[in-house]
Amino acid sequence: MRRLVPGVLVLAVAAVLSVLIGSRTLSPATVLDALTGGGDAEAVAVVLEYRLPRTVAGLLGGAALAVAGVVMQGHTRNRLADPGLLGVSAGSAVAVVLAITVFGVATPAGFLPFAFTGAAAGCVLVTVVGMAASRRRDASPATLVLAGAAVSALLGAATGVLLLLDSAALSTYRFWTVGSLAALRGYDTVAVAAPFVLAGLILAAGHARALDVVGLGDDVSRGLGRHPLRTRLTGLCTVTLLVGGAVACCGSLAFVGLVVPNAVRLVTGGTHLPLLGLSAVLGAALTLFADVTGRLLVHPAELPVGVVLSLIGGPVFIALVIRTNRRPA
Amino acid sequence: MTVEENTVLRTEDLRVAFGPIVAVDGVSTTVEKNTFTVLIGPNGCGKSTLLRTAGRLQDPDHGVVLLDGHPIGDLPARQVARRLGLLPQSPQAPDGLTVIDLVSRGRDPHRRWYEQWTDHDEQAVDEALRVTGLTDLAHRPVDRLSGGQRQRAWIAMALAQRTPLLLLDEPTTYLDVVHQLEILELLAGLVRSGRATVLAVLHDLNMAARYADRLIAVRDGRIVATGTPAEVITPPVLARVFDLEAAVVNDPENGRPVVLPRRRAPQ
Repeated sequence: MRRLVPGVLVLAVAAVLSVLIGSRTLSPATVLDALTGGGDAEAVAVVLEYRLPRTVAGLLGGAALAVAGVVMQGHTRNRLADPGLLGVSAGSAVAVVLAITVFGVATPAGFLPFAFTGAAAGCVLVTVVGMAASRRRDASPATLVLAGAAVSALLGAATGVLLLLDSAALSTYRFWTVGSLAALRGYDTVAVAAPFVLAGLILAAGHARALDVVGLGDDVSRGLGRHPLRTRLTGLCTVTLLVGGAVACCGSLAFVGLVVPNAVRLVTGGTHLPLLGLSAVLGAALTLFADVTGRLLVHPAELPVGVVLSLIGGPVFIALVIRTNRRPA
Repeated sequence: MTVEENTVLRTEDLRVAFGPIVAVDGVSTTVEKNTFTVLIGPNGCGKSTLLRTAGRLQDPDHGVVLLDGHPIGDLPARQVARRLGLLPQSPQAPDGLTVIDLVSRGRDPHRRWYEQWTDHDEQAVDEALRVTGLTDLAHRPVDRLSGGQRQRAWIAMALAQRTPLLLLDEPTTYLDVVHQLEILELLAGLVRSGRATVLAVLHDLNMAARYADRLIAVRDGRIVATGTPAEVITPPVLARVFDLEAAVVNDPENGRPVVLPRRRAPQ
C-alpha cells in the first residue's frame, strides 16, 4: 500500500498530461472548460471525443498488459515471459489479418472481435498442445513455453503468407501491429474492452496467492493443496481476458508486459499481490507517458505509442537485465 | 487405543508403473503416529515414488493410500495439505525470494483467498524460523544461502504448514555431516515431543539407523524388510537390499547399529 501511493500519483500526472497535450495546442484553461462542459465547441470535441477516450484506452491497455506479464511470468517461472509468448499475440494477429483479407474489415473497432477471438484461440491452442505434450497431461511450464513458441511461429507464418498475398492488407495491418491509440474516437472501443480488462484484473488479484505458490514448483504447490492444472487454466483465462482487452484498446504493444513487472519486482519482491497492483498502475502510467511522448516528439504529427514504447523499452530492458545479473551472488 | 487409531498413513497394495517400468509393486505398509519412519533402498528402488504416491504427488495405478483412515484421493486437496506436509526432492525457489516469504507460503493451505494473515500464521512462521535457526536470515534471499541453510529454509516452510504428518524426500542430500545431524535432530525432536509423525527417504544408512524408530527397506518396488533399526540393519538384509557385504557393529553410545561396508556382495 505504501508503495502504491507514489505509483498512483505518477499515473495521475500521466493521465493529466495525456488530456492536456495533443497535436492541437489547447491551453490548460480551455481543456478544463471543455471538461466541465463549457467553452469552445471544437475544444470540447477534441477533449471529450479524442483525448479522454484515448487516455482511458491507454490506461486500460497498459494496466492489462503489465498484469498479464506478471501472470505469465509467474506461471512459466520465467522472468522473460511476456504476453507475446503463449500464442496470444500471434493468435490475435492472424485473426486480424483474416479480418482484413477475407472479411474486408478496415477499422480498429471492426478488428475488435477478431483480435479477441484470435487471442483466445491462440491461448487455447497452446494450452492443448502443451497438455498433450507434457508427461502428466498438466501443461508444465517448460512444455507451455515450447508449445507457445511453436504455435506462435506457425501462426506467424500464416500471417506472413496472408499478408504477402494481399499488399493492401499489409498497410492496414502494419498500423494495427505497431500499436497505436491515435485512431480511437469516442468510447465504443473502450466500452467493449473495459469489461474484459476489469474481469481480468479482478481474476488476477484473486489469483495472486496461487501465483505465489505456483512459483515454488508443481510438487510443492500440490503439497500445499493447490491443483497445478486448475491454477494454470485460471491463469490462461486471465491472460486471454487481459491481452484480448489490451489488444482491442491499443493493438499489440511490446515491452509493457516485460519491462514493468521486472522493474516493479525490484521494489516489491516476489509476493504477487503488491507486484500485480503496482504493475497495473505503472503499466498504465508508462503507456500514457509513451503516448504523450509520441505526440510531442514529432509535433504536430504523432509517433504511434508502440514505436515509442519499443524505443524506451529496449534500452530499459537491457539495463534491467544487467542490473539483475550484477547482483552479488 | 486400537491399532487403527494409531495409524496415520496406510498404503494398501500400491502399484505404480511408468510405462513398462514398475516403480512400486504391491506395497502395503503403515506409518504409526509419533514415529520417525525412514525408507531406505538402493537408487531407483522405488522408495521416492512410494513417498510421492503416499503424498498424492503421484497417482497409483492400483491400490489406495489412506490418510487417517480416508482414501487420500477422496479428500479435498486443501484438507490433505492441512494434515500432511510434503517436501519433494531438491525444490527450487524463484530468484530473489526471501526466506520469510518462502516460509510464509507454508501457511497457504490454512488461508482461503479472502482471509487475511492472522497472528496464528505469524506465530507458525516465527516458530518455524526459530527451530530451524533461520530467524536472523529471514530477510535474506533463498538463492544466496548455503546448501544447508537453503534446505533448512524449505524444511521451515513445511514446518510452518503445521501438519501432524511430514513426508520428506531426501531432506539431507547435499549436506555435510554436521548439517545432516542438525536436520535429523530437529525432525527427531518434533517426533519425540509429539508434534509430528515423520516419513522420510534417507540415503545414509548410519543416519537412518541412528534416528529412525522404524525402517522400511525397499528393493525393486517391494518391501524387503521392516522393523526397528536393529532388526533391519543386519548383514543378510543389507545383502538382499543393496547387494552389500557389510559388517554391522553397535554404536557404543546409543547401541544403534552402524554399517561398515566391505564390498559389493557376489551375485
